[in-house]
Amino acid sequence: MIRRFLALLQARNMEFLRDRSSLGWNIAFPILLVFGLALIFNDGERAIFKVGVLTHSSLEQVDHPILDDPHIEFFVVNNEQEAVRKVRLHKIDLLLDPTAPGRYWVNQQSQKGHFLEIQLLAGSPETPERVEVDGDPVRLIDWLMPGILGMNMMFSCLFGVGYVVVRYRKSGFLKRLNATPTRAIEFLAAQVFSRLLLIMTLTAAVFVGTDLILDFRMEGSYLLLFTTAALGAMALIAMGLMISARVSSEELAGGLLNFVTWPMMVLSDVFFSMEGSHPAIVTLAKFLPLTQLMQASRAVMLEGAGFAEVLPQLAALATMTLVFLLLGAFWFRWRGD
Amino acid sequence: MQPIIEATQLIKKYTDVTAVDGINFSVPTGCCFGLLGPNGAGKSTTIELLEGLITPTSGSILYKGKPIGAQFRQEAGIQFQSTALQDFITVGETLALFHRLYERQMDLQQVIELCDLQDLLKRDNRKLSGGQRQRLLLAIALVNDPEILFLDEPTTGLDPQARRNFWELISRIKKANKTILLTTHYMEEAAILCDELIIMDSGKIIAEGTPDNLLDHHFNDVIIQLPSELLPDPLPDAFPAQLLHRDDLVELTTDQVDGVINELVQRGVPLQQLRIRSRTLEDLFLQLTGKELRS
Repeated sequence: MIRRFLALLQARNMEFLRDRSSLGWNIAFPILLVFGLALIFNDGERAIFKVGVLTHSSLEQVDHPILDDPHIEFFVVNNEQEAVRKVRLHKIDLLLDPTAPGRYWVNQQSQKGHFLEIQLLAGSPETPERVEVDGDPVRLIDWLMPGILGMNMMFSCLFGVGYVVVRYRKSGFLKRLNATPTRAIEFLAAQVFSRLLLIMTLTAAVFVGTDLILDFRMEGSYLLLFTTAALGAMALIAMGLMISARVSSEELAGGLLNFVTWPMMVLSDVFFSMEGSHPAIVTLAKFLPLTQLMQASRAVMLEGAGFAEVLPQLAALATMTLVFLLLGAFWFRWRGD
Repeated sequence: MQPIIEATQLIKKYTDVTAVDGINFSVPTGCCFGLLGPNGAGKSTTIELLEGLITPTSGSILYKGKPIGAQFRQEAGIQFQSTALQDFITVGETLALFHRLYERQMDLQQVIELCDLQDLLKRDNRKLSGGQRQRLLLAIALVNDPEILFLDEPTTGLDPQARRNFWELISRIKKANKTILLTTHYMEEAAILCDELIIMDSGKIIAEGTPDNLLDHHFNDVIIQLPSELLPDPLPDAFPAQLLHRDDLVELTTDQVDGVINELVQRGVPLQQLRIRSRTLEDLFLQLTGKELRS
């Protein structure tokens, strides 16, 4: 069994590595995207000032002079701990508790926070309590980078596995393997590990290469990030295998793969956060493997989250891998006709 | 001798067609057994049923007296009508891949020599000619030193020279006492390679036996061919032959060769362009079904 698995793994690896155009594109695409977006968003933070107002009522019911400033965006926050975390990450420029005599949180490293603090103190009838928060700003490229690599992994895993299996089936190569003692699980496992090996190697190389130039923010453990990425890749590969389990038309496979990739592109926090979206959308997004991968990898990279903090995401990815693989093996068929 | 594989009341139905319709046959060990028939006769479905790749609607298949199972997978070598191989992989790597899929193995060097692949080992699968590709597919079917070898129309699409080379290769494998189950729609191929054969049409067996026995059983006549313009007109009522016009030729089917030739000589027909041939499996098929074998 192991010999057959290794034989199939080696053959698939050779096929992929020798397809220079495909390999080249798999490396070039994420690099181009990372540098392209870094260039586009080089001007740093956006001009708008964002102030969170800690209250359990609406903004209209809050009475504070600074709320009259039309150049500042105010929004209600309920959870103090979560809001302070966002001040630390520069997602909120200043957090205000308007209850008299007032209290505010400001990040010492935030220029916008500094200007907002001056504005606040000038307009406040009483001097509010100052709470200092530390934390380097998260550049947009730091936030985007996991999304770009995750998106590349998603396309590579889903299309790289899904299309290959469909092509093997359509061409009769799967039928030929079926005429040998090879079992479906051996074939599927070889496809999973071949793609996992290649995508993790390529992603790690792209990460290291771009990090040398752009110096990404990395608060957590590289090992945990690697584990997260590997689990995410496995879930996406398994999803690709499940989708391609019975299909023998490349057109249909393309349609089905697009049907799952594009919702993930939009809902999984790849280029923009879904925070604040309709709760139903946020709940739906949690069932997508890329969402779990994005949340866990950003938590590790930007917030220094440890294993326990990303355990729910890792568990979700492991569960998805198992479910997709079982369904894929159950539906799998060797023949195209 | 116990048959190596045996089919009993084998039926395969699809939604709108019965591809195999209640056939019975057994293949003796060490025999080259042919399934002959036109396209759509049910040959490929039958062979895929025997290979265990599709399940019969009803009926049974026994390999060495037992239902097809894991042992069969190890001991059977299969060459499909057409098989795509992995891109960017060489002939040598492809052979190594399939070799590693089996517990039971033939020495790879022996397979390579048997199929004349020594000079092609480093060539990409995509760059093989039709004949080279068929030799590689045959080699893949041999890597497990099979006891039974299935060849599904192995020479379809090959040029005459490549086809003859392939027949020579199969003859070499036959000498190794392998059981071969061959489907073809080339009657010449069946006549040269097969010890026994069945002729199928519309999913049924319409004749079976050795090629010689089949021809002896159904024919005691020969065919005299001559160009149509040389045929005397009119022919006497008692002319001892049946006439069949085929393109520019006329075929005179007769069991009285002397009588026909005498009649032609008396009418001044030059004999230089006259040919006499024995009956072939193609004639047999035509007689049994009223259809050309390659229609």
